[in-house]
Amino acid sequence: MFDYQFLLEVLIGGLLSGVMYSLVAIGFVLIYKTSGVLNFAQGAMLLFAALTFVSLVERGTSFVVALAATLAVMIALGIAVERAVLRPLVNQPPITLFMATLGLSYIIEGAAQLLWGTQVHGLDIGVSDIPFDVGGVFISRFDLFAAAVAGSLVALFTLFFRYTRTGLSFRAVADDQFAALAVGLRLPRVWAAVWTAAGIVALVAGLLWGARLGVQFSLSLVVLKALPVLVLGGFDSIAGAIVGGLLIGATEKLAEVYVGPLFGGGIEAWAAYVVALALLLVRPSGLFGQKLVERV
Amino acid sequence: MTDVLLSVEALAATYNHSIRAVSDVSFSVRRGEIVALLGANGAGKSTTLQAVSTLLAAQRGQVTSGRIIFDGRDIRSATAAELVRAGVVPVLEGRHCFASLTVEENLIAGAIGRDARRSEIAADLERVYALFPQLKERRSSTAGLTSGGEQQMTAIGRALMSRPRLLVLDEPSMGLAPLVVEGIFRALKQLNTEQGLSLLVAEQNSTVALRFSDSAVVLENGRSVLAGRSAELRRREDIKTLYLGGSAQKDARPTELKPALV
Ligand SMILES: Nc1ncnc2c1ncn2[C@@H]1O[C@H](COP(=O)(O)OP(=O)(O)OP(=O)(O)O)[C@@H](O)[C@H]1O
Ligand SMILES: [Mg+2]
Repeated sequence: MFDYQFLLEVLIGGLLSGVMYSLVAIGFVLIYKTSGVLNFAQGAMLLFAALTFVSLVERGTSFVVALAATLAVMIALGIAVERAVLRPLVNQPPITLFMATLGLSYIIEGAAQLLWGTQVHGLDIGVSDIPFDVGGVFISRFDLFAAAVAGSLVALFTLFFRYTRTGLSFRAVADDQFAALAVGLRLPRVWAAVWTAAGIVALVAGLLWGARLGVQFSLSLVVLKALPVLVLGGFDSIAGAIVGGLLIGATEKLAEVYVGPLFGGGIEAWAAYVVALALLLVRPSGLFGQKLVERV
Repeated sequence: MTDVLLSVEALAATYNHSIRAVSDVSFSVRRGEIVALLGANGAGKSTTLQAVSTLLAAQRGQVTSGRIIFDGRDIRSATAAELVRAGVVPVLEGRHCFASLTVEENLIAGAIGRDARRSEIAADLERVYALFPQLKERRSSTAGLTSGGEQQMTAIGRALMSRPRLLVLDEPSMGLAPLVVEGIFRALKQLNTEQGLSLLVAEQNSTVALRFSDSAVVLENGRSVLAGRSAELRRREDIKTLYLGGSAQKDARPTELKPALV
């Protein structure tokens, strides 16, 4: 007899871990929407944020102070990137910007290494991973917490984009950069704000992923998890990033449990890419995307 | 303070440092005047206007020689954001509304473009809605889903929210039904007579443009070849065939959208 309760458990576990993918993907989408560039440095930013936070805590800083300090560092980083990288490269083709973010990612990783060393750190954010029982289905407390945090962040961003001037400017730039320029919007400020927002996303994602995997250099590779999400959801859609993340998370876990045994296991790592590639053939701009992916 | 608000002197511009789009364009706009910039496809109207509003760099274009003086100041090295705040506000060819924003959000974006205060925004919105009552009805519609005429009004309204001293319009008649074009030019004329707003309008539709403008400049292959009072140019039947690319019927333009009334 098929165990539906177990299916449900796997599905919920998958969806919740998918939220973490969405979080990483949103960082990409924010920057892609406003600058038309795939920010390769998103993973490095995520690592840098997590590493800064952990190192501060290990040196005796309290949780709250460390969080505030890391936030300040990420904001400074966002502004610095706009000044030093984006502004000089304005009006260059997207591929140039992409290469710049590639370079940036190595610089950020190098800086992280110089500042904080290369050892692996454990990160305890005070949420246990003990599952609890909801009507016979076991749900991880940590997954639920992570999903709640990610959900709140998305809600906050949504309110920000809907009701503030900077938010309106952001949407205007995302819609039509040339018109935004013509209207007199200060694009450098919008870019600085967007990189700051991406920095905040990187911080939250870095802490959640760091708590799960430990804070180490391979953490920057979680961006590879975001790529199928982006292909699925579209590079320019925040809603797409959320839905894409959930789909990928669920697909991975379901594939691992139900299809994996046929291949002798271990398909979780690449099942998402298979799904993403299949979709790419059918719908190149993703489920929610508008611009063509080739723009990258 | 002179009578001249904008003067363009021997302007030359290229794209990608290679394609020469404009080679010798001169004209001026006096305070309170409507000047039409006429010319056939590819004559260099948009390039000239984008040089005036320092938007060329964003199209990978560059001014190679000549001077652009606005209100006594050379504006070649100003940024577009500075220029909008100084009062030179463009309305782009093809409207370029923010498609996913509502009509009102589009207008507010124009106000943000000059760092307007909240109370000023409210007052300016009412002024735009008084000029284009149709926009008030559509204020919470997504701009990308409104008609071509409404989008053109939104684009003009958005520019007005920046409290311009010189409005620089690139083909406001493009793709619109004659009746809609008429309404838009009437509104522009009204701004000109009631508020003394100066306008520089590029148009292929020379009939309408000459009827509503005070003076006109004709561009041909990147050069200004003819200038004069619009009333006089209107009497010269030959300019259409000579400079504006072909038949005297040119102003009957295709209407791609529903004949939305203004
Ligand atoms: N972004 C660009 N890159 C390269 N060349 C361009 C660009 N824009 C315009 N050109 C070229 O510059 C010349 C002048 O074009 P421009 O757009 O200024 O003419 P126009 O008078 O506005 O024409 P239209 O009535 O078709 O809008 C043309 O030969 C055109 O091909
Ligand atoms: Mg043009």
